[in-house]
Amino acid sequence: MSATNIDDPRIVEFDVRTDEMLINMGPQHPSTHGVLRLALRTDGEIVADLEPHIGYLHRCAEKIGENLTARQFVPYTDRMDYLAAMNMNLGWSLTIEKLLDHDVPEKGRHLRVLIGEMNRVASHLVAMGTYGLDLGAFSPFLYAFREREKILDLFEKACGARLTYSYIAPGGATADLPGGWTAECSEFINQFKKIIPEFHTLLTTNAIFIARTAGIGVLSPRMAIDYGCTGPVLRGSGVYHDLRFHGEERYTELYDGYEFDVICMDSETGKYPDSHQGVYKDGLSYPEVPSDAILGDCWHRFYVRMLEVVQSVRLIEQSIAKYDACSGSHGEPIKLTQKLPLGEAYLETEAPRGQMGFYVVSDGQSNPWRVRARSSCFSNLYVTAPLCRGVLLADVPAVVGSLDVVMGEIDR
Amino acid sequence: MAEFFNEYIFGNGPWSWLGYVVAALIACILVIHVVAVGAMGFIWLERKVAGRIQDRLGPTRVGGKFGWLQTLADGIKLIAKEDFTPDVADRFLFKIAPYVAFAASFSAFIALPFADGVVANHVNTAVFFVLAVLGLEVFGVILAGYGSGSKWSLFGAMREAAQVVSYEVPLGMCVVVPVFLCGTMNLTTIGNMQEGFITNWLVFNDPFTFVIAMVYFTCATASVNRAPFDLAEAESELVAGFHTEYSGLRWSLFFMAEYGSMFLVSGLAVILFFGGSNGPIPVGDWLANLLGGVKEGSIGANLPSLGAITVGVIGVANFILKGVIGVIVMIWIRWTFPRLRIDQVMSMCLKYCVPIAAFGFIGAVGWEVLDLPTPNNLDEKSRYEYHEKWSHEYLETQQQTKPAANDRHARQAVPTEAIITTVAVSQNAVEVNGGKQ
Repeated sequence: MSATNIDDPRIVEFDVRTDEMLINMGPQHPSTHGVLRLALRTDGEIVADLEPHIGYLHRCAEKIGENLTARQFVPYTDRMDYLAAMNMNLGWSLTIEKLLDHDVPEKGRHLRVLIGEMNRVASHLVAMGTYGLDLGAFSPFLYAFREREKILDLFEKACGARLTYSYIAPGGATADLPGGWTAECSEFINQFKKIIPEFHTLLTTNAIFIARTAGIGVLSPRMAIDYGCTGPVLRGSGVYHDLRFHGEERYTELYDGYEFDVICMDSETGKYPDSHQGVYKDGLSYPEVPSDAILGDCWHRFYVRMLEVVQSVRLIEQSIAKYDACSGSHGEPIKLTQKLPLGEAYLETEAPRGQMGFYVVSDGQSNPWRVRARSSCFSNLYVTAPLCRGVLLADVPAVVGSLDVVMGEIDR
Repeated sequence: MAEFFNEYIFGNGPWSWLGYVVAALIACILVIHVVAVGAMGFIWLERKVAGRIQDRLGPTRVGGKFGWLQTLADGIKLIAKEDFTPDVADRFLFKIAPYVAFAASFSAFIALPFADGVVANHVNTAVFFVLAVLGLEVFGVILAGYGSGSKWSLFGAMREAAQVVSYEVPLGMCVVVPVFLCGTMNLTTIGNMQEGFITNWLVFNDPFTFVIAMVYFTCATASVNRAPFDLAEAESELVAGFHTEYSGLRWSLFFMAEYGSMFLVSGLAVILFFGGSNGPIPVGDWLANLLGGVKEGSIGANLPSLGAITVGVIGVANFILKGVIGVIVMIWIRWTFPRLRIDQVMSMCLKYCVPIAAFGFIGAVGWEVLDLPTPNNLDEKSRYEYHEKWSHEYLETQQQTKPAANDRHARQAVPTEAIITTVAVSQNAVEVNGGKQ
């Protein structure tokens, strides 16, 4: 509209426009989970557009993989999803074992399930706690970390490290669990089960929490699949897909003989699986889905994680029994300079944040010729832009937090 | 106090203005120190309570086992920090904003009576004064956000401005109810009228005042920017909101202002709804009766009796205790709930609190008009007995009836007949003024 038409007040009225504000959220913003940078264009408090910028934590892990042997690369996988380092170790180890066509003994298999699920619990606890922080609730964060500390104590007893474990290695694990570890672990699980309802009281069923998350950032199942979302983000949209069920043979056979459910709302009944009896708490059932919640919103993504914790507790209980029943070796790791056969291998595993895939190409040397990591958070992060268009500024941390991205895994 | 200085030091000659200056300075220093030390206590309390809520210990090192001096240590650290002003900031607004917030929060304490007579200045319209001055604190926040030259700070200021228009309406409506029930805006009088047993507290006057008290507390939490209404600083959204760019002493002034107003609004709640300086059981009055006459002069009068001092001390303790309980409730809420969104705060205040407050107001009025039963004995009391105890007219009449009218230090208690005359005279005066007070 040109300035010459100013005589007509109605035209002036419609021509008056406010500017959009360009504002940087991150990489030092308190709620961008590390070094994520979001370039926001806002109209007042309403987010008009958003673009995630990544790369602040890029450490050339894939290139480093070409200069190290398969066994030497394990510590670098720790630093990808540093909140679920055991699962990263597991993914890499399984990929190398697939290339080598190497099988771990029965005891090693149960050890991997046990350790992997313990780390899933720890990882989901962080996700839950920091999500509370994103919404302004501070205390659940500390309750979650208190429980996580106990898991880390157990990990420290098993492998000496509290964050970057390098415990599971191609061929098995660096050491067997120390004596009495499984007893301590069951003790932890028993007291942890009683604490899960507290989290539901503080967050899941809290009226303000529901008001802040229900109906916000709705990710439709179609969109979740199109964007390549995986893990709790995908299942929070009601897509029944979990690699522990639907993955490759080499991965699913880890879970042979285990009973657990894929946590995903049945879109017909509107209910989540209720296989928690006796695990969650006697006589208590999961909180009901609030009427405001829409399948695929932030509340559902959060809730899926909370329920997956219960499923992991079930798996841990089973794996402790199975592990204790086994005897013999847990599986010695491969030699440091083990030569890889000519060829390539790709395997995706169900890490706490989604499907983590490792791709290894070998030319017959002990160093891989090419290493590639497929990160779940990378795909999950890119739904923030479509989800955040039109929401309020305060909802951006709510959406990003519900996707639970770890920048170490995205940037590698 | 000014008269005291003039009488003994400066004389009533040309230097008499010095007496007023010195008296004003002393009053200022007293208020600032009482409030600032109180604020430091509340910061310590917040950290300790938050620690316990979160399974931690909170501060344990500075100042012994309980970390009493942690806030002081932090204060010294903050004073020692660089006073940084961003390049793009509006320097004048940036520098003045913390003082606006701080001064507003602290000067509201001038009219807040800690007990009968324990108040810096007897303001007839104390309720109005406190709310008005407290409202000025918002300007500090808005100026800070606007002057910082940061977009995050600007968001904080915008939110504060949006929030203030939504909570002030129901807050005012809630405060009107006790004012109307007591027929005065004088906080001392409102407090005194609730004396006696816990049933006399206005919160128990009728169901509507109970609801009103709850709405008041919600809006008061919003008015001091406490979680879940801490949108202006919203750490996880706006970095630190309006005080993102502040550091050192200026930042700590905002902090002091926040904690000062926290006690102020809960103190106001105590006076308006929870009996003021009166405990649940009138222990103080019993003790005072044992120790000798009390009604003849409260602790604020010159050279009060032992009984009056006892009542005063117990009253201050009651008031502070109840105020601290209010503060602890706010701390408890802060560390339990997630934060609301700005549109939710506005809809909560305007869509829910305003109608509830209006309903409560009409209900409380109706209850009073229809003379429905209440557990208190407000009706049995002559309201004039509590009215205008500190007004100019009252003091004048009291002086006239005193045996030694010009002797300010008369140790003699006022005879009972004098009180009766006083009440009669003041009633007459009120009527002469056409009910104006």
